[in-house]
Amino acid sequence: MSCPPVEIALEVAKFSFRFGQKVILEDISFQVRRGEYVSIIGPNGAGKTTLLKCLTGIYPGGQGVIRWFGRPLGEYKQKELARRISYVPQADGRLPPFTVEEFVLLGRYPYLSPFTTIQPEDLQAARQAMEAAQVMQFADRLLETLSGGERQKVFLAAALAQGADVLLLDEPTTFLDYRCQAEIRQLLRRLNGTGRTILAVTHDVNPAVLDSRRLLALREGRIVFCGPPDELMQPEVLRSIYNAELVLTPHPSTGQPIIVPDAPATSTFDSH
Amino acid sequence: MSKERAFLYILAGLALVVLLTAPFVGMETIWPQTLWNEPASPLAAIFWKIRLPRVLAAFLAGAVLAVSGAALQAVFRNPLAEPFTLGVSSGAALGAALAMYLALPPALILHLMGTTWNIPTLPWCALAGALAAIGLVYGLTRLRSGFSSTTLLLAGVAVSFFFSSMVLFLQYVSDPTRTFHMIRWVMGGLDRIVGYDDLLAMAPFALAGTLLILFRRYELDLLLTGEELAIARGVEVVQVKQLLFAAASLLVAGVVAVCGPIGFVGLIAPHICRLLVGPRHGRLLVASICFGGLFLVLADTLARTLLAPTELPVGILTALSGGPFFLWLLLRSKQTL
Repeated sequence: MSCPPVEIALEVAKFSFRFGQKVILEDISFQVRRGEYVSIIGPNGAGKTTLLKCLTGIYPGGQGVIRWFGRPLGEYKQKELARRISYVPQADGRLPPFTVEEFVLLGRYPYLSPFTTIQPEDLQAARQAMEAAQVMQFADRLLETLSGGERQKVFLAAALAQGADVLLLDEPTTFLDYRCQAEIRQLLRRLNGTGRTILAVTHDVNPAVLDSRRLLALREGRIVFCGPPDELMQPEVLRSIYNAELVLTPHPSTGQPIIVPDAPATSTFDSH
Repeated sequence: MSKERAFLYILAGLALVVLLTAPFVGMETIWPQTLWNEPASPLAAIFWKIRLPRVLAAFLAGAVLAVSGAALQAVFRNPLAEPFTLGVSSGAALGAALAMYLALPPALILHLMGTTWNIPTLPWCALAGALAAIGLVYGLTRLRSGFSSTTLLLAGVAVSFFFSSMVLFLQYVSDPTRTFHMIRWVMGGLDRIVGYDDLLAMAPFALAGTLLILFRRYELDLLLTGEELAIARGVEVVQVKQLLFAAASLLVAGVVAVCGPIGFVGLIAPHICRLLVGPRHGRLLVASICFGGLFLVLADTLARTLLAPTELPVGILTALSGGPFFLWLLLRSKQTL
């Protein structure tokens, strides 16, 4: 008897996207299996966030194929798509004037009808999401009164309330202090452990390498690497992505290579 | 019961009380028993044919202006957005001013299909002007791809200034009587409403437009979180924004055509309600309907009694009374808009 077939959650084939004349993404092809944890890395301006927004339908158009669960993105109604994938933007910028609970409840939009009020099951889903993201204690506070880490967790809770299997995250740990980073990463690993597919954009390679099973590197709008962490953490591979010499050292507990900042005295930095 | 919910009930109660009492108040107080005891008296006629339709029209106009303002503020994610920032009122004013400048007859009498149609010129010219302004604003933004809120708002402001200057120009070149009529029209007022014709013409549109906005309350909430997040949550943002923009503009165009531009209600009523019942549109829209309606009925009651037998234009009163009250609320509230 053979293994059960691996279900493909996302399939992108020969996808290109431009803003006016400017090419942002070129010839992107990759697949994400159900339950996988994939990180998208790359230098600033490589097109990571744009790719994520194309996958959610925030940026419509582009050439090529994007399929979610075997169905082209364009065939989904936006509400239908929102029941299957949820997007977590960076929790910065202008915040809406809602309390945490109100904001998380809005995650239930794909299930709400204009003719009824919010149903008990919506409230329950919102509560569960807030508990999973450990933000229950802030339920009645206004978003703008929360710290950056707390906001990020609330945004995650709102995405969880959407009840989707796939989470797309844009820089989930950037600008957060070490403790918040650790908490968010732990939460994401736990969600992945319970079967959620995770696709996260990050410019921070170390956590991505430690958390994800597969990484995708973009540079100037093209995929320049796609593979498991060990294959990525080779000096020549990293050089080809970041155009910089990076110092690698084994992680004290796992032995996996990680990037450390170079010290000024023994700098190996070599700009090309 | 939460504080917000309590405020909502209080507003609804007050609206009902004001609606029920305002028609009895005026230059001469009409007591309810007069209506029963002397149904054929002149006072009863004043009540049924002048005061009641006017109070109902004031409530409808105030409610519609407030609910459109609340919707537009969310669509544009801008606290300054209101029906009149988008050129609707100046378009209507230009239409009305043109009708007065050209000294069009007060009504067109048409004989069509065996019936005589009596079409009042001024409201229809105002409506045409308002629709032209909306069309222009919307058309301008369609020239470039996308439907950017900021572009639309700026286009509205530009069109509004342009049309206002045309009105000023018409006022300058008209004879004094017509100029006076134009200035009076721009101040807005409900004194034109006699009988139920205007009310019946306005009501179906007002009801349909308001329901349409109420059914989009969750989308309005999500638009406040930003367009990208709204899309990610499942909102068809472009269509919803177009729909809400069209509904709100047409609602206001209908009111302006009948009552002239009554400023302030559309801008401030939603803000005051937000401070009272919070930002969620399920409550906010209902509160805006109650508050906008009761506010305009009160203002109009004052307008027709303060200087009786003369009437004040209600537009002056809405801004005079609402402005300081709003500033007071703004200063003592911790919440930002």
